[in-house]
Amino acid sequence: SAPISAAKTDYTVAEKLTPRNDVTTYNNFYEFGLDKSDPSRNSASFKPLPWTIKVDGMVARPTTFGFDDIMKMFPPQERVYRMRCVEAWSMVIPWDGFPLAALLDKVEPLGSAKYVAFETVVRPDEMPGQKGLFQSLAWPYIEGLRLDEARHLLTILAVGIYGETLPNQNGAPIRLVVPWKYGFKGIKSIVRISLTEKQPSNTWNTTAPNEYGFYANVNPNVPHPRWSQATERRIGSSGFFSSNRIPTEIFNGYGDEVASLYNGMDLKANF
Amino acid sequence: MSPTSTLRRGWHDEAIWLLYLAGLLPAAWQFYLGATGNLGADPVKTFELFLGFWAVRFLVLTLAISPLREIFGLNLIRYRRALGLLCFYYVLFHFTVYLVLDQEMALHAVIADVMKRPFIMLGMAGFALLVPLAVTSNSLSIRRLGKNWLRLHRLIYLVALCGGLHFYLATKVLSPQQYIYLTLLSLLLVYRIARPTLKRRKKSGIRKQRQHVPSAAVN
Repeated sequence: SAPISAAKTDYTVAEKLTPRNDVTTYNNFYEFGLDKSDPSRNSASFKPLPWTIKVDGMVARPTTFGFDDIMKMFPPQERVYRMRCVEAWSMVIPWDGFPLAALLDKVEPLGSAKYVAFETVVRPDEMPGQKGLFQSLAWPYIEGLRLDEARHLLTILAVGIYGETLPNQNGAPIRLVVPWKYGFKGIKSIVRISLTEKQPSNTWNTTAPNEYGFYANVNPNVPHPRWSQATERRIGSSGFFSSNRIPTEIFNGYGDEVASLYNGMDLKANF
Repeated sequence: MSPTSTLRRGWHDEAIWLLYLAGLLPAAWQFYLGATGNLGADPVKTFELFLGFWAVRFLVLTLAISPLREIFGLNLIRYRRALGLLCFYYVLFHFTVYLVLDQEMALHAVIADVMKRPFIMLGMAGFALLVPLAVTSNSLSIRRLGKNWLRLHRLIYLVALCGGLHFYLATKVLSPQQYIYLTLLSLLLVYRIARPTLKRRKKSGIRKQRQHVPSAAVN
């Protein structure tokens, strides 16, 4: 991984960072296997460069961006965000990235565009989870946001962590980070972004609609069918005998910034 | 002839103690790794899942003893009590880690989980049903309970059902390992359902044979 010079910002939380080693060895990235340690062990042969992202759909200027162009056009900023997984664990991660809104501005979304759909790369030869008898999910992994969520300044495309380019297991070379939503919304290794009029489907929602919704906003009051979401285990700060279970905050603690996006919406029905 | 019967009688106890020792070794080793900070980013969850997985392994082994004898003539019955108890110990450890290290003794949260979530409910039911079996897994109980001991210990099939469902519900996407163990558990339970029919067929088969060769019927 190469160093990234990222500008400091006010987007930071005053909480202890999760050690880099934990951020890079405890991952959900089913393209590389189901175990948390699989992505770091099985992603060595993945080649994140060269890379292009196709941005199309309801936009005035459909564009295919090369990764180098992206790095030049959108200088990275450091964002220290809480990351809350739907499995009730969490981390604090220093991301390097830029607002997704900046990229969307370049392609000029049409007035009729209401949603943004995302797609992960499919490379069975480099991603062992995408071949063989036991395919865990339907590929490609897909995700979606409402346009106003996508344009929110907290929503970034990350190209690095801890001041270095993204390790393969964390979604190299570019991934989505939406800090008030459960981690599975943060789609990795993105190759395509499409603006749409209709709500796009997302992988976990189609896999288990009663367990994972489209919105997936962090919410301690809406339990997962198999476990409570009221608390979370903070990874890294915990040892074996101090698992450091902390209360989960609504919108993962970003309510002041994002609650207004959901005014008048039933968060239990739209989980 | 089972291979174990060639052991001198005095060695059977040693073999059983060795089984207990070997069976508890994975838990001890994993505990050591966790306590010394060598169990990765989420040591509690890792340990909890590890213990659950080994409970399933010992459950499969316990349930395999009868079919091994009845189908393959391999008699390992004297190890069944140890295997069943090892299953119970691993479930006990699994539950203890969930309660103490994972939920940090937050009893209200645990009770709410048990009442509301079928996944936790099934796990807890499996554990509760194992307790009477573990308590009566001694020679005294077997003598005292007589025929009722066998009836009581049929609860293991219910344990297998609850435990298997709990194991199935633990993840949304099953791993190859989960497929293997769930298949084994299902086969072992289906065998119990099919066993009366199989036995009847075997008997009538023997009777037919005897009719065809009347001289064989003479003892």
